[in-house]
Amino acid sequence: MADKQQPDGIVLTEAQKKSRRQRSIAIALALGVLVVLFFAVTMVKGPAVLVRPM
Amino acid sequence: MSVVENNAIELSPRISEADVADYIALLKPRVMSLVIFTALVGLAIAPGHLHPVLAFTSILCIAVGAGASGALNMALEGDIDALMSRTANRPIPRGRVTRPEALAFGMTLAFFAVMTLGILVNWIAGALLAFTIFFYVVIYTMALKRWTAQNIVIGGAAGALPPVVAWAAATGSLAVEPLLLFLIIFFWTPPHFWALALFRSDDYARAGVPMLPVVAGPDATRLQILLYTVVLVAVAAAPWPLGYFDAVYGVTSLILGAGMLALAVNVYRRRERSEALRASRGLFAFSIFYLFALFATLLIEVVARAIAPSIW
Repeated sequence: MADKQQPDGIVLTEAQKKSRRQRSIAIALALGVLVVLFFAVTMVKGPAVLVRPM
Repeated sequence: MSVVENNAIELSPRISEADVADYIALLKPRVMSLVIFTALVGLAIAPGHLHPVLAFTSILCIAVGAGASGALNMALEGDIDALMSRTANRPIPRGRVTRPEALAFGMTLAFFAVMTLGILVNWIAGALLAFTIFFYVVIYTMALKRWTAQNIVIGGAAGALPPVVAWAAATGSLAVEPLLLFLIIFFWTPPHFWALALFRSDDYARAGVPMLPVVAGPDATRLQILLYTVVLVAVAAAPWPLGYFDAVYGVTSLILGAGMLALAVNVYRRRERSEALRASRGLFAFSIFYLFALFATLLIEVVARAIAPSIW
């Protein structure tokens, strides 16, 4: 009962875990910037944000 | 049994160890910085007032679009990048990022850059950005680069479009001024890249890329550099007598053009190995300064006019 089970499947190395964490943070930041950008432009344009000039 | 084990090893998924720096390298940051700067000038000289948030959004989208083009270019050129010393350290030849990963990264960035510019700013700018990415990736990278010695002449149009995209973002239309900026970068590209190709011709020959020095030889390239530089100096100065840009720009363009022309003549005359190498390196380095200084003059004029309108 006390024996620890070996994890199934792929076990990530420390380097792989670190780089994956870095990439995840970068993606989160990029998405955050996109959200802030859309919010800021909506505030700037006001109702005109719905106007789509060609 | 051993065959089964080997297959099991080959079929196991590859776990990426690429970090953020590898993905930033895919964006070609140095090319991006020049794109940002030229786009900033296109935005600055455009008439009317663009809200700073929209101006920032436009520049960001153009920069990300340029980065996406760089990533897609590297994804498609991984094989030749590995053969050239200048590009062998890029993330794909080093095995840090795979081609499908770079393709997915580039496509995602291109999609978001175009859509964001279109939705938040205007669709003329969005469409022009999409065309720029398409031209660089499909026309230049996929079609021209491995096919013709005129690759960087025609492909140079992609690098010349950012100020036009920026102008369209600011005004929602096109005009003569951004097209003049386009022409300046367009005619600047051949002397700039052929100067590089002259001292990297072994690299290009090894990779089988038909750059002009590889196909036509260094002497023909030197002549072409000189001819294109003459056209560049004329095109860069033309907006002054035509009345689009003022005398400060005109005189600066002539002074910088004289420097560019002197170095092009130097490249044409010096054909001995070490002297020729030094001459082409000199022209390559100065050409970057030339474009930066020329566009900086326009930017400084706009800023000066805003600060002290009575003087200008």
